Amino acid sequence: MPLVKDDALVADTWTRLDDDAAMIDGPVVISLERWLNERDVLSSRNGPLGIVLTSHETPEQISDDLGRFSLICLEFPRFTDGRAYSHARKLRERFGYTGELRAVGNVLRDQFLFMQRCGFDAFEVADGTALEDWLRATTEISVAYQSAADRRATAMAQRQDSCTAS
Amino acid sequence: MYRYDEFDHTLVAERVTQFRDQVRRRVAGELTEDEFKPLRLMNGLYLQLHAYMLRVAVPYGVLSAHQMRRLAHVARVYDKGYGHFTTRQNIQYNWPKLEEVPDLLEELAEVEMHAIQTSGNCIRNVTADQFAGVAADEIDDPRVYAEIIRQWSTLHPEFSFLPRKFKIAITGAPNDRAAVKVHDIGLRMIRNEADEPGFEVIVGGGQGRTPMIGHVVRGFLPVPDLLTYLDSVLRVYNQLGRRDNLYKARIKILVHETGVDEFTRLVEEEFAAMTRETPQVLPGGELARIRAYFQPPAYRDLGKAAPTLDLALATDSAFAQWHAASVSAHKQTGYAIVTISLKPIGGIPGDASAAEMEAVADLAETFSFSEIRVTHEQNLVLPDVAKEDLYAVWQGLKEAGLATPNVGLVTDIIACPGLDYCNLANARSIPIAQEISERFADLDRQHDIGELKVKISGCINACGHHHVGHIGILGVDKKGVEHYQITLGGDATETAALGDIVGPAFSGDKVTDAVDTVVAVYLDQRQDGERFLETYRRVGLAPFKEKLYAAR
Amino acid sequence: MTASVVTANRLGDGAVVYLAPEGRWTGCLDAALVAQDDATEPLMAMAERGLVDRLVVTPYVIAVEDGPDGRLASHIKERIRATGPTVRLDLGKQAAQTGVTESCHVPL
Ligand code: SF4
Repeated sequence: MPLVKDDALVADTWTRLDDDAAMIDGPVVISLERWLNERDVLSSRNGPLGIVLTSHETPEQISDDLGRFSLICLEFPRFTDGRAYSHARKLRERFGYTGELRAVGNVLRDQFLFMQRCGFDAFEVADGTALEDWLRATTEISVAYQSAADRRATAMAQRQDSCTAS
Repeated sequence: MYRYDEFDHTLVAERVTQFRDQVRRRVAGELTEDEFKPLRLMNGLYLQLHAYMLRVAVPYGVLSAHQMRRLAHVARVYDKGYGHFTTRQNIQYNWPKLEEVPDLLEELAEVEMHAIQTSGNCIRNVTADQFAGVAADEIDDPRVYAEIIRQWSTLHPEFSFLPRKFKIAITGAPNDRAAVKVHDIGLRMIRNEADEPGFEVIVGGGQGRTPMIGHVVRGFLPVPDLLTYLDSVLRVYNQLGRRDNLYKARIKILVHETGVDEFTRLVEEEFAAMTRETPQVLPGGELARIRAYFQPPAYRDLGKAAPTLDLALATDSAFAQWHAASVSAHKQTGYAIVTISLKPIGGIPGDASAAEMEAVADLAETFSFSEIRVTHEQNLVLPDVAKEDLYAVWQGLKEAGLATPNVGLVTDIIACPGLDYCNLANARSIPIAQEISERFADLDRQHDIGELKVKISGCINACGHHHVGHIGILGVDKKGVEHYQITLGGDATETAALGDIVGPAFSGDKVTDAVDTVVAVYLDQRQDGERFLETYRRVGLAPFKEKLYAAR
Repeated sequence: MTASVVTANRLGDGAVVYLAPEGRWTGCLDAALVAQDDATEPLMAMAERGLVDRLVVTPYVIAVEDGPDGRLASHIKERIRATGPTVRLDLGKQAAQTGVTESCHVPL
């Protein structure tokens, strides 16, 4: 599936490996279970490693290993399951993860802005997605009332600035 | 009251444009109903029995006369000439057309109103004491914090897809008029030993299928920590709240299943971590900015004496009766708070026609510094009326048909829309309210009975707050026939309690008789001036039960 | 012997409609296509087109019976849908009968 990343539609260069599939070279994404079972082998493997967490798996389960991953996928099994928003913010704000944070699963443009604000920077989207629609979705609402992982200036902060400036 | 600045205006305008595009995509077939439904719900648009229904937020129940006029205009142009004020201090329109909703919302945005998060599994419109800012018993003005919470909760990126809806209520007074103990989060303003204002935080109350009284998880929360603490509670809930069972998804179940102590520990742990990472300390400047909007209006320096009022009270008994029911103490000498009953005898609780809305707007402009409140008991309030103007206000209300002197009495009934409008209903609520209202129409009898809160819900969702009614009535479906379960002894105030079920449900034609019986037992049992609730607490369920089921 | 019809809400205004012959939708229960003995599958298949064409939302089957003044929905909820709020006889489909507003036909 294509990805929306850095304001562009790009192909996914990562391979998602089933738990029983043989390990291959190149960038692969594995499940948490496989990571927990095969951590020693996988740690010595050359080549970039990614992991996917379903919505009931938590960042705490990998927080000590973050350095090993250059991609973390958080899954939205249904877009109404909002756990990954909290997980994303924790990965960014609590555990300082700086690699790619990808939203996978039921990822829709109407939630794009929320995801971005919580720290996602890559989005697995349906084939045939129109990029303009997605880009518009991040600019539709320009005001942020809450601080979040994207560190956008909140309305509150901007009000304070304009107070001190005047 | 609060006025939007450029940020608020921009956000609401952008939200309208965004929703307009979502409607366009739906009509053009780019979105299926399954995809569109959560989007329209996030903007308060339901599909009910006969038509769409739009729920418009009245943030913490505060309205200007200007806004009320716009609500009347919307009722005329986009609906069928009326609106319904709800127990969540909102207003609902029952007949809007899908493609006209964006225009409707644009008209609301012009007067700084919106329908954002009036539905959906997100943080809903925050509710507050309807007497906020004017109550004689207030510690601090909860509107300041309610507005801060309104902004914080609006399009919150992390908490827009919670396990279930989330309701926050706030009161600034020891006398709880905001039912804070039966909300997901209830905030009660208090002062600590150093006399600093803060909040007692109550979590896990709620009505619905599994009613519960909330638990205090933080005895004193300093004001600057408010948002970080709310973020912490919500984060714990977002991660751990149940998503496998719709009926177990509210935070009250999480608190119950986790245990209050463990839940509190989790929240405090999250709070400590968040305080390090993303502190959202409320800056004093922002507090002051918002507080400035809630400064008292330019009250006149009135003395205690109110000769016009005294004369009218002495000479006009109809006015005196209305005054006794409708007028509450104001913190400013010479002023009073007026509650306008939206419960005419035999009428539809909470409904107001466009003309009635305009009449209230007129009176607010002339007599109440242009301000109006919506109460969770589905009435309206003129918060700032000079005592010397009360007689004129009453005359104006009488002319508009809004002077029913029954506030707090047995005919001041809360009723949800029920099966006449609502898709989730088991039974009708409104006709039951109408019948009870007519049965008890006699004013002397109502006064003899005294304070008695009857609350009716058409299904277990409890929008009519039946669990906390002194007499609660719940519609149930028995083999396709409407039946009603009666509870007694519920209480939504600082002495909150859930009602006890009296026994098997009554068929629709027996409910009013049953209420009559309950009242008769109370009158029979009451001792020196006891209110219904006091008698009930003393004598318990048994005597009521006995009489109710005696004939069976 | 049971009789059923398919009902839905019209996409544009949410009005209550019923599936009529040839896949049309009508506001009048009397004009609806009736399936006998639970043979509702062909009706639902036909209703599907209304979804695709974005005429209606969430079609479903309801039971109907013959009443003294014509066809009647069996369940009270559907009776109220078929007429309007019982507390506002001037609104909804019933308004036509009480002579207050337009007819119960909501042609598509
Ligand atoms: S209590 Fe039930 S019937 Fe009443 S409005 Fe709420 S959901 Fe509808």
